[in-house]
Amino acid sequence: MSKEIRKNPLEANLHRRTFMKGIAAGLAGAVLPVSAADAFNWDSFLQKHFKEMSDEEIKRVIERLEKEASLEWKKNIHISATKALPNVKFGYGLDLSRCIGCRKCVYACVEENNQSRMPQVQWITVLRFKKGEKWTDLENSEKYYKPKEVPEKDFFYMPVQCQQCENPPCVKVCPTKATWKEPDGIVVVDYNWCIGCRYCMAACPYGARRFNWAKPNIPEKELNPEAHYLGNRPRYKGVVEKCTFCIQRTRAGKYPACVEVCPVGARKFGNLLDPKSEIRYLIENKRVFRLKEDLNTEPKFYYFFTT
Amino acid sequence: MITVLFKALGRTVIGDVRYYAWLSFLMVVIGLGVNAYMQQIDRGLIITAMRDQVSWGFYIANFTFLVGVAAAAVLLVIPAYLYQFKPIKEIVLFGEILAVTAIIMCILFIMVDLGQPMRVWHLLPVIGMMNFPSSLLAWDVIVLNGYLLINLLLVFYALGRFVQGKDYKLSLVLPLILLSIPWAVSIHTVTAFLYNGLPARPFWNASILAPRFLASAFCSGPAIMIILLQVIRRASKVEIDNKAIFKIAELIAYTMGINLFLLGAEIFKEFYSGSIHKAPLEYLYLGLHGKALLVPWMRTALVFNITAFVIFLLPKMRENFYALNIGAVLIIAGVYIEKGMGLIVPGFIPDSLGEIYEYWPSSQEIIITAGIWAFGALFYTLFAKFIIPVYTGELKIGNQ
Repeated sequence: MSKEIRKNPLEANLHRRTFMKGIAAGLAGAVLPVSAADAFNWDSFLQKHFKEMSDEEIKRVIERLEKEASLEWKKNIHISATKALPNVKFGYGLDLSRCIGCRKCVYACVEENNQSRMPQVQWITVLRFKKGEKWTDLENSEKYYKPKEVPEKDFFYMPVQCQQCENPPCVKVCPTKATWKEPDGIVVVDYNWCIGCRYCMAACPYGARRFNWAKPNIPEKELNPEAHYLGNRPRYKGVVEKCTFCIQRTRAGKYPACVEVCPVGARKFGNLLDPKSEIRYLIENKRVFRLKEDLNTEPKFYYFFTT
Repeated sequence: MITVLFKALGRTVIGDVRYYAWLSFLMVVIGLGVNAYMQQIDRGLIITAMRDQVSWGFYIANFTFLVGVAAAAVLLVIPAYLYQFKPIKEIVLFGEILAVTAIIMCILFIMVDLGQPMRVWHLLPVIGMMNFPSSLLAWDVIVLNGYLLINLLLVFYALGRFVQGKDYKLSLVLPLILLSIPWAVSIHTVTAFLYNGLPARPFWNASILAPRFLASAFCSGPAIMIILLQVIRRASKVEIDNKAIFKIAELIAYTMGINLFLLGAEIFKEFYSGSIHKAPLEYLYLGLHGKALLVPWMRTALVFNITAFVIFLLPKMRENFYALNIGAVLIIAGVYIEKGMGLIVPGFIPDSLGEIYEYWPSSQEIIITAGIWAFGALFYTLFAKFIIPVYTGELKIGNQ
């Protein structure tokens, strides 16, 4: 089908539009409650898949999304669609010897990436393990630890977030191709194409994907207005989201928020294709491992030990 | 011909007090379901008990069970057409309507589970972006709709012949009937593979999943048929031979035997080898780290299935309608628990980071589910009521 549209974009588009209007007119009456039907937006309903749109179409869609978001959040929001840079493949390193389990990364991520505050959505989960007990199968992890002070004497910590697999099982199962791996290796979601079936969440071995069970709730003042289409722009109720290595920052040459905030320098980030990068040095000189390597997902997220 | 069909359509709203009471009851439940679904549309899936840890629940459990029920038709088709067993041949039609009803209910359960139901067109081929052949959900869309189409064609072909007072011309539909057999197997296999293909979920990622699916489907679907056939026989002039019902019961004895054997094989493998992958099964039957919400249900299901197996195995028991009906109800309930909640929920327990989130459907989730079941019952009732006068020859061309 995708080939057909590429051959003759105008015609296919027209066909889809008229056809969908017929179906939607029927559905809208039946499915939508009155209040939602009032707000029904044809342009949004008929919006094409991100990868099917030309640069011109993307520009128009983003203008509309910016307008919608600005109205809703009473704040000017800038959504970019910066593409992947050539010869870049992002990789991440996490030093388990240093991590103290303070969860600063968790909250820096929430603020940077506009996750819902109520209900709480967090892309990073920090797991706590008791020293000397089995841990790599994650069975005995504790996610809701609440100490007075970190680090705690008898415990160690392992933060988990999207591992940005080279062979991502979530992408394989998505029935609508609403999630895919970008050329720089980041797995992204088109929040306007996701139907919310949550098959990707069942497929992810790292519990990295989050669903918007309700409409995301963020205090207007705290909303980060510098956004990316495939990253931290405000999401909708009923779609899946996940860590994007802060795509809005990293494609602009900055570090992800979690790397920047880590008080002990446990988080490293860089270009796997650059032989002189810090991440390459780590992989080549430290003892690294990746989570659940037996599943052949080939994560680009490396855990290592400095001591 | 059209006037005859219109007359038949008119007959669907004519009945005695009990019939009207039944229809009104279903309408009320459907109304409650629609109302609860409106709330879900408005507030989101947060009104369910599903969360990130257990991201599929009661809706998908019901979907899975109903894919199994859709098999009912084919277990009638096989003895009827491959072995020319006449008593069943006469009632295949009622199995096919059940298949149609079950598939429509399946589609509804998927729809209510979606976070963005208006975007469902994204997964259609050509106008959307169907991820075929990579996503098993895309395969499921194809096989379920195909099965729906095959069964609708068969039902309407038969109907057309009956209206003209002619016999079923087998040569015309035999290819379609034969196709429906592997196709029924395929809807189960594909649905099983949907879960089976996820290495992130060890409970589903076991090769025994698809065979167990088939075995349990061929128990629950026919058990529903046994009950329905007796209701139809009592409420209308349709004659149904006892032999047909007993034959179906005999088939259930075999499939339930296989189902229990496969369950035993799975329990042995997990508990004897004792790796961490036994955790979901432990959660189901023994409880895990003190969490045991599903344990009483799973044990009940096991007792139901074994009892029903014994009833259906002994000819004296299964040919006694009292025992037969008890057995059929036990199987429906047993498989509903085992293949519904007992299959979906433990896939997520413990979750992929080791957390145990105990899932139990919220009241709104249960009301929406009841609404879909009531819709299915209404659809089957009206469809059967529409077909029966044509089927018995009461309404046909030249006999109006």
